[in-house]
Amino acid sequence: MSDIEQKDKPATQPEWVKDERTLTNSALPSEEQDWFCDARPRRVEKHWQVLENFMNWARAHSLWILAFGTGCGAIEMRPLVTARYDISRLGMQMRPTPRQASVFVIGGYVSLKTLKRIVRSYEQMQGPKFVVAVCSCAINGGMYWDSYNTIKRIDEYIPVDVYVTGCMPRPEAVLAGFNLLKKLIREGKAEGQNLYADKFDWYKANQKQVIKDWNMPDYNW
Amino acid sequence: MQELLDNLKELYALNGITLRNPSLAWAEVTPERLVGLLTQLRDAHGFTHLVLMTCVDWLEDGRFQVTYLLHNYTTRQDLGLHVYVGRTASELPSIHTLWEQGRVYQQELHEMFGIYFPGSPGLGEPMILESWDGPPPMRRDFDTRVYSEETYSHRQRTHHEPEQHMKDRLYPED
Ligand code: SF4
Repeated sequence: MSDIEQKDKPATQPEWVKDERTLTNSALPSEEQDWFCDARPRRVEKHWQVLENFMNWARAHSLWILAFGTGCGAIEMRPLVTARYDISRLGMQMRPTPRQASVFVIGGYVSLKTLKRIVRSYEQMQGPKFVVAVCSCAINGGMYWDSYNTIKRIDEYIPVDVYVTGCMPRPEAVLAGFNLLKKLIREGKAEGQNLYADKFDWYKANQKQVIKDWNMPDYNW
Repeated sequence: MQELLDNLKELYALNGITLRNPSLAWAEVTPERLVGLLTQLRDAHGFTHLVLMTCVDWLEDGRFQVTYLLHNYTTRQDLGLHVYVGRTASELPSIHTLWEQGRVYQQELHEMFGIYFPGSPGLGEPMILESWDGPPPMRRDFDTRVYSEETYSHRQRTHHEPEQHMKDRLYPED
């Protein structure tokens, strides 16, 4: 689980915050600002426990992966679908669009250009959604620790549920990561989506700090 | 190859001609004569393929070395041309009119080294360095490490001696 601490709130609101519930989309041209939703993500409240347990069981057994490889580690995703590792026996499969996916696998180093797409894809995924960060590069920069264009800590920009270390991790390690994710989901501990909703301002401020030409809606879904 | 270069030497003031092997030669040319030379090589001598365009930063000499590598499909020969240009306000003639793919190389050289190619389409648009606003990063006086430490937050690293680590995990009592 991530070890982020909430930083102090800024004294003045940034220009992309209108009020508690509304975003301004101020980075877009004025005629486009209405095209996108101005609501923030909201926390998903829990049902009563028995129902929640059943739903978590069901969620853990149909994880659909967004087929979006950010770096070289994503090459290890391909063998997972082959007969040898066969993730479909775990109820997992690759989906081509964020709308149909529930697991986002960060497969390797994240450059600034990719981070923009990652944020957009992550926000477009429908809940419940989970993030698995594969590769050292996504965790602490890996061998790109002194690179000018690589994000060192992906968990400051989107919430991460499970990390898989290695450069690059073997498919077995990735599978172990998925098993851990399933365990967390069944226990109701994979709460990345709610974390994102709760600390939305903090995540957004981090994203805008490094993405210098922010030209997207403030929350894309 | 030698013959061809000897012929062109006078006209285009070629310098430093080296013949590495029968099918690979290098030469230096000045920026003013570059486009004329490339046009003649392409149209009259069969060097129809622009293999690559690349740049080396000679920081100590205060200049960039831009290389154009051409290939001749009939004779199977490669010819590399070096052009030297100063490191400040560097400007070279654009060759996108000769080879359209030159545009991409020029866009990249502009982004990575800050060399300006007047008239090259899409030169100011970000290609690889979208969302990034530092100086051209491949110049050797740019310190990526300092930049990365200033710009991104780093995760604290902890080190474990493998032997001790496994001992602690497997035999915590000892
Ligand atoms: S950890 Fe290694 S394999 Fe993974 S993205 Fe980084 S360099 Fe590539």
